[in-house]
Amino acid sequence: MEWLAERLAQAPGLENMLYFLAITLPLLSIILGFVTYAILAERKVIGYIQLRYGPNRVGGRFGLLQTVADVLKLLIKEDTRPKLADKPLYILAPIIAFVPSFAILVAIPITETLTFANMGVGLLYVIAVSGLSTIGMVTAGWASNNKYALMGGMRAVAQMISYEVPLIMSAVGVVLFAGSLNLTVIVEQQQFVPYILLQPIGFIVFFIAATAELNRTPFDLPEAESELIAGYHVEYSGFRWAMFMLSEYVYLFAMSALITVLFLGGWNPIIGLGFIPDVVWFALKFSIVVFVFMWIRATLPRLRADQLMEFGWKVLLPVAMFNIFFSAVLKELFF
Amino acid sequence: MESLNIYQNSYLFVIVFLFVALMLPIVALSVGRLLRPNQPTEQKMLTYESGMEPFQDARVQFHVRYYLFALLFVIFDVETVFLYPWAVAYEKLGVFALIEMLIFIVMLFLGLVYAWKKKVLKWR
Amino acid sequence: MIRTEEMLLNVGPQHPSTHGVFRLIVKIDGEIIKEATPVIGYLHRGTEKLAEDLQYTQIIPYTDRMDYLSAMTNNYVLCHAVETLMELEVPERAEYLRIIAMELGRIASHLVWYGTYLLDIGATSPFLYAFKDREMIINLLNELCGARLTFNYMRIGGVKWDAPEGWIEKVKQFTEYMKKELEGYDELVTGNEIFQNRVKGIGQYSKETAIQYSLSGANLRCTGVDYDIRKIEPYSIYDRFDFDVPVREEGDAWARYECRMEEIVQSLRIVEQAVEQFPEDGEVLGKVPRVIRPPKGEVYVRIESPRGEIGCYIASDGKKEPYRLKFRRPSFYNLQILPKLLEGENMANMVAILGGVDIVLGEVDG
Repeated sequence: MEWLAERLAQAPGLENMLYFLAITLPLLSIILGFVTYAILAERKVIGYIQLRYGPNRVGGRFGLLQTVADVLKLLIKEDTRPKLADKPLYILAPIIAFVPSFAILVAIPITETLTFANMGVGLLYVIAVSGLSTIGMVTAGWASNNKYALMGGMRAVAQMISYEVPLIMSAVGVVLFAGSLNLTVIVEQQQFVPYILLQPIGFIVFFIAATAELNRTPFDLPEAESELIAGYHVEYSGFRWAMFMLSEYVYLFAMSALITVLFLGGWNPIIGLGFIPDVVWFALKFSIVVFVFMWIRATLPRLRADQLMEFGWKVLLPVAMFNIFFSAVLKELFF
Repeated sequence: MESLNIYQNSYLFVIVFLFVALMLPIVALSVGRLLRPNQPTEQKMLTYESGMEPFQDARVQFHVRYYLFALLFVIFDVETVFLYPWAVAYEKLGVFALIEMLIFIVMLFLGLVYAWKKKVLKWR
Repeated sequence: MIRTEEMLLNVGPQHPSTHGVFRLIVKIDGEIIKEATPVIGYLHRGTEKLAEDLQYTQIIPYTDRMDYLSAMTNNYVLCHAVETLMELEVPERAEYLRIIAMELGRIASHLVWYGTYLLDIGATSPFLYAFKDREMIINLLNELCGARLTFNYMRIGGVKWDAPEGWIEKVKQFTEYMKKELEGYDELVTGNEIFQNRVKGIGQYSKETAIQYSLSGANLRCTGVDYDIRKIEPYSIYDRFDFDVPVREEGDAWARYECRMEEIVQSLRIVEQAVEQFPEDGEVLGKVPRVIRPPKGEVYVRIESPRGEIGCYIASDGKKEPYRLKFRRPSFYNLQILPKLLEGENMANMVAILGGVDIVLGEVDG
């Protein structure tokens, strides 16, 4: 991967762009592969938590081809569109939801050399772009012309406006310690001590807010199965629906990677275990975060919309503010 | 010169990612169009509402109960972004910046408390 | 003020949280429900009318399909009514088998309620844990009568089959096992703050309202009314067992949850005692004529089903078939309070309230 860093240092031009495209396409397939197996893993993990097997028919004992079969099925499934739906927006919505979730990934450094866009404002970029998916959900909810979808879309907004602020605020502590918004620098700063130890409050707030941003249990209100049936994507079928699912899991990938980078020290090994390659370290920490997300999903019930907003504004936001204050004083006194 | 190149290349990368992200759904849906059947009927194209025909259109003046939250969000989101440059430059600015920022956070917090007391942070 | 429009929304018949083909037409403003109108009858099969053309024993399978989650109590209420009318003596062993079967059925029914309620609230795992334990009960009852859901087990004057060898021992083991499982339920759900916030203070009503709406079962006991027919008017051999009736004062969804969970514990106590006292041998079907012809007259009996007071009224004109048969179906009565409870609540609370009332559509529609 050294050549990637070299390529990044060269003068930009069409040649570079083609190179980048050549890198992005394999990455895309890796992401799609991750999504395929993340869905399988989620079903397996939740299955075992719930004392059942999960998929175990398609593709051997572990159901390794289950998701592949699902995707193929979705691809050849008829795409129904309600007559009353707003056609252009209805078609556009899954794309709006998907593009930002994938675009986040460009800023996240996997290892020291496997870095795509080494942006000075990496963290800001990630947080800014990640909020955009919600627009896709609202668009879907409105365009479907379905009351359940409309409520789901509205809930998606409610959630986003309540948890975006704590999410950003809780990351300020990390920026404070690292002195940079560049994610690569942030990881390098954690060579000895991961920020989860210096920023425990920030980590917890960030994790909760990230769960809410991902619309996962206990914050899965926009698609609350038992209330709104499927929420904003109730009218979608076939591959358009798959785009929503895809964006959800790509987003999960991005958020878990971001948590790994911000709080768990990215690719840095635990001291003394440096002989294990850094990609492995990243993957390991990343997998733990993803697992915790799945674990939470299998354990907790769902919040109510008003409780969700009150929790965001009355608990997380003050705590996040206090954390900034606390971190600043801590830094002033000890670092 | 090298850092400028990295800077420019990074944004080139972002453009490439956006392009790929845009192409994936377009390609997949176009390929899907060739593969999937398309036999719309009246029943299939009906809006879903728990198995009944919908009474009315969903596009009504929907009561968005959290609009006040949305206003608060706009304020807080913008103000939070101000914290970032401060956090980055904190090391160089020292105690003065600390106190300055504390005042800023306290003011933000006062705003929150005001909204709280005004019972804005409640669903009505 | 901002002008908003109300909209009419169908919740059900095809909705995951209506527990069957139940339809609610709600008028909502934003997410707040202004008015709710239940529409029932999607599962109406005319059990009572059908019964008028059937012999008494033939009616029993129909009762299975009313409250399909606790078919044993339904079986029993019909048999009990006919037995009372004919003044039949039921053998000791049959009584014990009935009690064990009914109480196991009550536990199974509450477990289904627990699982589906948590599913409504948004937690998926408790549902599967509860169904795993219910499966054990179903297997036990399956061994007893060869059916998993529609048992058709009781007969007028006794029960159809004797317990297979070693069955009583298995029931005993199950009670031990279930007690441990309940601790796990408590750890996972009862102490969960999100769950408590979702149910505490939701769907609250007073003692007077509950009585006015003729509620029964946990829906009544959650308001502080100590009313359990097993205690106040003991039928079968319930007077031989030592058990408590869980009562709560709050009258909200949380109280209903606590009542039902406590009822599982009490049912386990009854089963344990019944297993302890179970007679060594004896008949399971009393001396009953081949064709049952109750004397002319009428009778009304009531017992405590998992959902509340289930009653059976029979008017006989001395023929093989009843002249008129009527069931007091608790779910139907409990459902009546729903429109009142839903007013002013939001969609999420709607699900929590509807689930908390614990209806079975087969019973509501009859």
